[in-house]
Amino acid sequence: MEFQAKELFAKHGVATTLGVVAETPEAARAAAEEMGGVTVIKAQVKAGGRGKAGGVKIAKTADEAESYARDILGMEIKGLRVNRVLVTPATPPVEEYYFSFLLDRSNRSHLCIASVEGGVEIEEVAKTNPDAVKQIPINALEGVTPEKAAAIVDEAKFPAELRDQAIEMVQSLWQVYVQEDATLVEVNPLARLEGDKLEALDGKVSLDENASEVRHPDHAQFEIREEADALESKAKDKGLNYVKLDGQVGIIGNGAGLVMSTLDVVAYAGEAHGGVKPANFLDIGGGANAQVMADGLDVIINDPQVKSVFVNVFGGITACDEVANGIKGALEILGDKESKPLVVRLDGNNVEEGRRILDELNHPLVTQVDTMDGAADKAAELAHQA
Amino acid sequence: MSIYLNKDSKIIVQGMTGGMGAKHTTLMVESGANIVGGVNARKAGTTVELGGKELPVFGTVEEAMKETGADVSVAFVPPAFTKDACIEAIDAEIPLLVVITEGVPVLDTAEVVAYLEGKNTRMIGPNCPGIITPEESLAGITPHTIAGKGPVGLVSKSGTLTYQMMYELKDYGFTTAIGIGGDPIIGTTHIDALEAFENDPETKAIVMIGEIGGDAEERAAAYIKEHVTKPVVGYVAGFTAPEGKTMGHAGAIVSGSSGTAQAKKEALEAAGVKVGKTPSETAALMREVLQGL
Repeated sequence: MEFQAKELFAKHGVATTLGVVAETPEAARAAAEEMGGVTVIKAQVKAGGRGKAGGVKIAKTADEAESYARDILGMEIKGLRVNRVLVTPATPPVEEYYFSFLLDRSNRSHLCIASVEGGVEIEEVAKTNPDAVKQIPINALEGVTPEKAAAIVDEAKFPAELRDQAIEMVQSLWQVYVQEDATLVEVNPLARLEGDKLEALDGKVSLDENASEVRHPDHAQFEIREEADALESKAKDKGLNYVKLDGQVGIIGNGAGLVMSTLDVVAYAGEAHGGVKPANFLDIGGGANAQVMADGLDVIINDPQVKSVFVNVFGGITACDEVANGIKGALEILGDKESKPLVVRLDGNNVEEGRRILDELNHPLVTQVDTMDGAADKAAELAHQA
Repeated sequence: MSIYLNKDSKIIVQGMTGGMGAKHTTLMVESGANIVGGVNARKAGTTVELGGKELPVFGTVEEAMKETGADVSVAFVPPAFTKDACIEAIDAEIPLLVVITEGVPVLDTAEVVAYLEGKNTRMIGPNCPGIITPEESLAGITPHTIAGKGPVGLVSKSGTLTYQMMYELKDYGFTTAIGIGGDPIIGTTHIDALEAFENDPETKAIVMIGEIGGDAEERAAAYIKEHVTKPVVGYVAGFTAPEGKTMGHAGAIVSGSSGTAQAKKEALEAAGVKVGKTPSETAALMREVLQGL
């Protein structure tokens, strides 16, 4: 969110105005009073187009600040509820620019995008006047040296009177990118204020989760739990790789690729069964022991939309008999909590033994189907009938 | 024949003495791969018995290569230390480096990939199952029991989809199956593997498995159209993935309208690649191709 991006900007010396985060209209009022003069009240959600959605207002007085905050708090922008606003002194820009560093997957390196024409509407500028949007590759080993920063500023044609400020800001933004392990650092608009002062008026930072895990324990503070789906939070607490979707067939599988594929196969199968869809992504990885399987099932059956569950496991390193025992153990752990039909497809190493264990278990809720496509069809059928 | 890895490959393991490293070194030894030692600076000079084989531990990759003639390294190093392990292996000029580790910071991988420029090392991964040339060698974690030798070359972003596809086509078998990894930035790409399979006389047909995120599949499609004469069958996972959500693999994310499965499928089909709707359908398409050869 904007206020978090600005905290990271400030930490690395990028000129910005932090403002005050308010969760109530009263707090917004107090902040505006404290600042005095005209303020801007901005909805804080992880979405673009906040201004167009009515989530950004200019308040001439503290009364107005309170009233706008009341309007904005609780509104929905792109499906996200606004729980906080940022109050900042209004600093009307003389000119607006665009600047970002981002991971360039195609070229397996980093890219700088800069434009001195139009800030907020950068996509539009890119379409109508692509020459005005400069794309400058960054060598991942060399990074952004003072010389590189100067080259960027000159290529983007920043006004001469802002050149030194811009070079400094580009280097500071690069520090945000590398020191925080970001995959995107965007300033939009990068504003030229009265008195030729350059400031990051709004911004966005995307952090690399792998890096946060490895070397930025402090990044946990940026996660805003109330915005996350309750089931996703629960899954995260249990260390599960889960994404909530809008469907009726719960999915458990091993390996990200196979699980993604399972969702697709269920969606195709669902076309013949009233349009039922996959309810989630859940990758339990290679382990597939009883506790992990039980944790996964527990999250999925707590999703009220779920009508059936499809367990799709390919026995690779973990052979199918171990997986079958995992499922058996999970059903024992869950007991009566597990009340939804379970379609299991096992294939791969030691599959005969795996299937035999589940046949022997003869659990009333468990159906075994030998193929992935057939099992998806069965799970979709059961979800549709329920 | 095969690509990148064969029966003469001599393999060392970076991180051999760790949990994952020891487990999979054992499995590699059991598969018949020629594992010749490991690297761990703190245990240099000792030996470890894995899979019934007494394996020497060296202080550095360079020393291990000098003593054993190793030409492949498989890295099971924790993500925080993966970059340094890669740089060490590249400096030692190991011809093939296979990085299994999941969770490597992407800025580290970007640095390693830039460092590879002009060097003598091919890197596979990170976040991948590695590479297997059935009945000859294994550098990675792919179960060697799934399928034997045969005419199909396989390149995939996903480990379990690699296993699934090998299983579906186990009656035909594979020259080499390579999992290139699910991270946003990786060493060996689909295009690299396609080029190698095209040049490998034993490979008669190629299965290419992709997934959402980035534009590697689109680029591969353009490459196939220009340079690949062998039949290619494709599969793409993630049609139902919502925008903006990471689906397990760090690189598997649809951003805005880019990186969708639909766009990848269309690009592949436009290049003359038959694309299956499901893994089984993809295997069936490959069967038809193989029967027609």
